[in-house]
Amino acid sequence: MLQTAIILAKIWGVLLTLVSLAAIMTWVERKQSAVMQDRLGANRADVLGLRIIGLFQPMADGLKMFFKEDFVPARGDKFLHTLAPMIAFFPALLTFAVIPFGDVLRIGTLEIPLQIANLNIGYLFILAFGGLTIYGTVLAGWSSNNKYSLLGGLRAGAQMISYEVVLGLSLVGLIMVFGTLQLDIMVKKQGELLFGFLPAWGIFLQPLGFLLFLPSAIAETKRVPFDLPEGESEIIGYYTEYSGMRFGLFYFAEFIEIIVLSAIMATLFFGGYQIPWLYAEGFQFPWGWEWNLPHLLVVILQIGSFFAKIAFFCWLQVLIRWTLPRFRYDQLMRLCWVNILPLAVLNIVLTGLVLMILN
Amino acid sequence: MIDILIQAIFWLFVVLTVGSAIVVVFSKRIIYSAFALLFTLIGVAGLYVFLAADFLAASQMLIYVGGILTLIIFGVFLTAKIYGMTIPDQAHQRYLALLPVAGFAAVLIHVLFSADWNLLQSTAEPTTENLGKLLLTTYLVPFEVASVLLLAALIGAMRISRPREEDDDR
Repeated sequence: MLQTAIILAKIWGVLLTLVSLAAIMTWVERKQSAVMQDRLGANRADVLGLRIIGLFQPMADGLKMFFKEDFVPARGDKFLHTLAPMIAFFPALLTFAVIPFGDVLRIGTLEIPLQIANLNIGYLFILAFGGLTIYGTVLAGWSSNNKYSLLGGLRAGAQMISYEVVLGLSLVGLIMVFGTLQLDIMVKKQGELLFGFLPAWGIFLQPLGFLLFLPSAIAETKRVPFDLPEGESEIIGYYTEYSGMRFGLFYFAEFIEIIVLSAIMATLFFGGYQIPWLYAEGFQFPWGWEWNLPHLLVVILQIGSFFAKIAFFCWLQVLIRWTLPRFRYDQLMRLCWVNILPLAVLNIVLTGLVLMILN
Repeated sequence: MIDILIQAIFWLFVVLTVGSAIVVVFSKRIIYSAFALLFTLIGVAGLYVFLAADFLAASQMLIYVGGILTLIIFGVFLTAKIYGMTIPDQAHQRYLALLPVAGFAAVLIHVLFSADWNLLQSTAEPTTENLGKLLLTTYLVPFEVASVLLLAALIGAMRISRPREEDDDR
């Protein structure tokens, strides 16, 4: 019974964290774009005269979404039109289930692994549910009964299925290095040291893998510079015919994807919850210093480091989104198939060679 | 409590699989069939999980749901008049069809009764590592043959879909 309660508490906690982080991300995006465009950004929403640098804006946005007209195109397919945002939203949330956000927490004799589902195939789980998001966009494009939406959905489909290939290939090297698909073990192995001082993070073991993973992953979230499916500024995208909270779900799913993607990057390439030289007993620096810490503090530090990494990568993605212009469609496809794909294969071969020599 | 929950989830996947499979077969709109297939494949992946075949379940999601079905839906999208198109519902060759259906049913029933169904008593063990080892040792030749076949299909598809060289001169 206690176990069930703990699992439910973890699910609830992660869900709540993700959704609130996504709400904050809408604010971060507004503010960051404002900074980069020399504007003030969102600062109008106030409650009783309080504005706290625009932090009420996400709430105002949410309320606005709920009260706007919920419109379904007359010839559109009502059922699929309703289903599409749900399909877009659901896999983004689900992916977080396999990501470890901390080591084992011990309270007395109770051991709580800070991860919802420690799957043996955690890495495949991420890719499998990442592949589901495509249906939300394609379905949205079709069910709107609008040829521009349909074309947007097709663009999204072609883009995502192409980049899914290189996304998977760019991570194969990492699996070869760690020898496991279990994210929990991957993170634990990243707590070890290379040459006695450098933390064995994925970025140091697979630098090329990370460079290939980053653009492919951003392409999967369909944000600038890969926002051709949506193209909010001039071409019309797959959710043109959406309004109210249905559109809100797409919008929200995008921010949750950003957070989940940051979490994946942190987990696979930047040591997950690991802090360099922090072990279960405390810090052990390579130059001989030791600093013992109580267990609870270590766990809190680990969770803190994980969320700090997530925050950094979220910010990085917002930065990229507001810096770069959009690719043309042929450039997008050339980047995927001509540039990234051969390099990803090369990365696999090189990793194999190095591993063979080392063994 | 947990057992009931697991049972409930199992039946949910059963209903999802069979229910959506019925839609695939009987829907008159091709797009509905294609999207219902999505839920059938997800349901089958869920049933694989209940059979302790974790790697198979993930591959099912990755390859069938994430790859093949996307291409099927692409194909459907690129057919003319997808909005209005309906599949004629009168059955052709109704009685002739009974023959293969009966044959296939016989095979399935035979398997059902002749297979050695031993229920795993222990908790499920991860299968990925053993599968990988078997594919690269005992079953290396079939594995390689399958990859060569897929590669040939890939190259063939590209050759067919590209315009012919003499067409370029125009």
